[in-house]
Amino acid sequence: MNTGIPLQYFLILATVMFFAGVYGFLTRRNLITILMSVELILNSVNINFLAFNRYLYPHKLEGMFFSLFVIAVAASEAAVAIAIIINIYRRFTTINVEDVNEMKF
Amino acid sequence: MTANQIMFILFASMIIVFSVLTVTSHKILRAAVYLLFVLVSTSGLYFMLNYQFLAAIQLTLYAGGIVVLIIFSILLTSHISQKFESLGWKKNIFSAIASIAGAILSIVTILDYKFSATAEAAKEVDMRLIGKSLLSVEYDGYILPFEVISVLLLAAMIGAIVVAKKAGPAKTKSPTYNQ
Repeated sequence: MNTGIPLQYFLILATVMFFAGVYGFLTRRNLITILMSVELILNSVNINFLAFNRYLYPHKLEGMFFSLFVIAVAASEAAVAIAIIINIYRRFTTINVEDVNEMKF
Repeated sequence: MTANQIMFILFASMIIVFSVLTVTSHKILRAAVYLLFVLVSTSGLYFMLNYQFLAAIQLTLYAGGIVVLIIFSILLTSHISQKFESLGWKKNIFSAIASIAGAILSIVTILDYKFSATAEAAKEVDMRLIGKSLLSVEYDGYILPFEVISVLLLAAMIGAIVVAKKAGPAKTKSPTYNQ
């Protein structure tokens, strides 16, 4: 099982994915694309959990259950975020974060 | 090169290319489809790591549920042909420098660290074990997070319905909107 692939390769892959998500989070100005960047970040963390679980502690299941709960939290977060985005669009007719600034006051 | 390595290289290159495309594409619907590719290749990685249950969850919940939800909301809130205006090269360059520096720092740390695996025998992850662990109150049981996550999912569902439903006629005009 897993012959020939070091653990570090999985971690480097997750790192690249994580920082792609961070780049998108910093540069995007559309709420939905920001949400997509957050999904990328959560997903890369899941890869880390599973790789650690499989390579370092294969007799336990902590990493698997943790990523299961991360997936559940990501799903509920996406549902609530999209409800809020649709509500914002209804009120401001845009989902650009720089045009939606009236909640501050 | 074994078949395992070839599959890993395939999935890894797909994940890297499409996750970079997700955050740089100028068309929003294309970005969502690239995100779908990333999530499907990630579930391939989970299959390689022998977590079949989690790979199936990833396929159905992420690739099937969340991406469809995102695509629906894209269709509701923006025009398909709409392109993003560029943010200005300064912000792009600084964000790229920040993320590349962070990535290099993390990769150097990962390559430097000596990981040591336990010598214990691997446990076979089958559905019976997953179900028993989720509902067990023993030492390695997960009944409390399981119940908490079920309450969270219920709360998120109700919250999403309440937030997204049309406000009644008395509530349509908020004081901030009138100013």
